[in-house]
Amino acid sequence: MNPPAAVALSAKDFKSDYKPIWCPGCGDFSVLSSVTKALAMLGLRPENVAVVSGIGCSSRIPAYTTCYGFHGVHGRSLAAATGLKVARPELTVLVASGDGDGYSIGGNHFLHACRRNVDLTYIVMDNHVYGMTKGQASPTTEPDWDSKLAPGGSGVREFHPLVIALASGANFVARAFSGDPNGTAAILAEAVRHPGFSFVEVLSPCVTFRPDQRSWKERAHPAPVEPTDDAARAARRIMTDDGFNIGVLYKGNRKPYRGAVPATGTLDALEQKFELHGG
Amino acid sequence: MPKNVYADFMSQAYAMELEATERYAQFAEQLDTHNNRGVAELFRKLSKIEALHAKRILEEMGWPSLPAMPVAFAWGDDEGPETAPLDALHYLMQPYHALEIALQCEERAQQHFEGIAAGKAPKKVRTAAAEMAEEEREHVRLIKEWMTRVPQPSADWNHDPDPPRTAE
Repeated sequence: MNPPAAVALSAKDFKSDYKPIWCPGCGDFSVLSSVTKALAMLGLRPENVAVVSGIGCSSRIPAYTTCYGFHGVHGRSLAAATGLKVARPELTVLVASGDGDGYSIGGNHFLHACRRNVDLTYIVMDNHVYGMTKGQASPTTEPDWDSKLAPGGSGVREFHPLVIALASGANFVARAFSGDPNGTAAILAEAVRHPGFSFVEVLSPCVTFRPDQRSWKERAHPAPVEPTDDAARAARRIMTDDGFNIGVLYKGNRKPYRGAVPATGTLDALEQKFELHGG
Repeated sequence: MPKNVYADFMSQAYAMELEATERYAQFAEQLDTHNNRGVAELFRKLSKIEALHAKRILEEMGWPSLPAMPVAFAWGDDEGPETAPLDALHYLMQPYHALEIALQCEERAQQHFEGIAAGKAPKKVRTAAAEMAEEEREHVRLIKEWMTRVPQPSADWNHDPDPPRTAE
């Protein structure tokens, strides 16, 4: 994590002038608010933070912050973020994704980002649906969710991202809920502070295609246990909980990967390499 | 009375008003984006009203303008009692719906302060809480009166001939 700002900034200092174009009532508004609050809590400056994303509703988030942003290729946000963090370790790098971008299109990157344990904070806004493309079943959709695009349900078992993250080596695993923006901000701040790959799944309802998710407000509750550093114990808890335990669930002690060879290139050298020559 | 109890109460009240201010402003932006300008304007008005309340607390306490509300504030619930829930919006909502949301917020705020006024806090805090509860009661009355001046939504207010939930 980079050094704190000399003059403390507020959450508003991390919000850009672009108005989010999510649906009214979307949980992602709250996640944006939590991200900016967390960055303010951490005393960071926007120029020392990069927000990297893929494709989907959630991946719009970099444009809504004043930090450096990279809105990349579908499912490949973690690859871009890994390169960025290894090359520029002094930056605080947040990665934003959704359940489709993160667990399906980018599923393989998810596994290996956990395994590599680069010091990133991966925020997945999970609404159990592909919202941007109008409501198809995603990897975390319940198999019996009946919709026009999957009559009777997809019949496919849902993905369990927190357990997969643990099994793959993530160093910090938490679940948050967008209905509690202050609690989510605190979890995100803790995730950024924790060294290595921190994975925060934020349950973020899609009020347009999954209006049933309004009931998450009643279902989300604080995890009744303290975080553990025992991955097997954390996995057992997560596999047997109700999916709505909110809080930090695992804090590991693995050493973050910082790259086999330190980055040696200068900005000038890079600019020369990528200089466009007219022809 | 412990030295900071009154200041803590007032800073909580300030955070409550500021959180409500920010949420209404956020709602106004969301509905601007969806071209629901009338309701956006109403939320902007509500935001300005809450901002005035917040400012008054700062003036009363002689505090300088605070840059942001405390991040981790210990509400009994996830957010302050006067903060409208994030999922309360609909892109086709009408002014009446916005006022319904505001009414619920004011009623919760009233109950919050009534609870403190009737509790075991030091007298100065209870007195201030009783005054704030009275103010919130007045806001409840004003919003109810405001609701009589806007059209009541028809039963099919959320009917959209080109809805987003269509399989194409």
